[in-house]
Amino acid sequence: MFKRLLTATAMAAALATAALAADKPTDPQIAHIAYTAGEIDIAAAKQALKMSKNAEVRQFAETMERDHTAVNQEALALLKKLKVKPEDNDTSKSLSSAAKTELEKLSKLHGAAFDKAYVDNEVAYHKQVNGALETLLIPSAQNGELKSLLETGLKLFKEHQTHAEHLSSMVK
Amino acid sequence: MRPLLRILTALVFAGLVLGGPASAVAANHDIIIAQMQFGAVPPLHVGDVITWRNDDIFRHSVTARDKSFDIDLPPKAQKSMTVKQAGKVDFYCRFHPMMTGTLDVQP
Repeated sequence: MFKRLLTATAMAAALATAALAADKPTDPQIAHIAYTAGEIDIAAAKQALKMSKNAEVRQFAETMERDHTAVNQEALALLKKLKVKPEDNDTSKSLSSAAKTELEKLSKLHGAAFDKAYVDNEVAYHKQVNGALETLLIPSAQNGELKSLLETGLKLFKEHQTHAEHLSSMVK
Repeated sequence: MRPLLRILTALVFAGLVLGGPASAVAANHDIIIAQMQFGAVPPLHVGDVITWRNDDIFRHSVTARDKSFDIDLPPKAQKSMTVKQAGKVDFYCRFHPMMTGTLDVQP
């Protein structure tokens, strides 16, 4: 429990780092952060599909993998069109490192304990990413098409968050 | 001959005025799914055809709570269905359960 809190805190801190920075992230950095955030959730979904036997958890994980893949493919196509190269940055690095810790932690769990930890982390993770999208990434985005894709992403991820919250109340 | 014609005309006219399943003209409706939401559902009658169009880049479904229909809609796809029964049917997206709506079908 304490570890889970630590991981959640680390992810929140990663996203807050960018918020506290004097300079707002640039479009290439925003693209990198958003893409990384999507890849992290895809990796978590793949792990859940390997580990979980709960039908509802598996269906949720399948949706996460499919939806985040769709957004990231759209993002790649947009970046290609705009000739923008995503730029790695400290926020992306912190996100990836916190996600790696979470994957390792979850890999040691099984059955209902895994399901609960995965779903709870999905709630916390989507909440953090949505907060960052709303307060930092969307307001900072300069390109209209990038901003619009981030807004679509936010609508999707908010639904994911509520879905995960609902699932969390059922997976004990 | 004339009275018969008059009676026939009266019958046809009565049929048109009173209406009935045979005289109702089925209407076509498009319901668009975009930005993670079902579009507004128009007033419906039995026999109407609904074309569900998914404008999102995500896979959706239109699934009836009473299991009377379940339409899978890949990104940018559209599919049609005929409304078969009067009454209210709640529906949702199987993949995104927070997306919901209601069909209100008149006879």
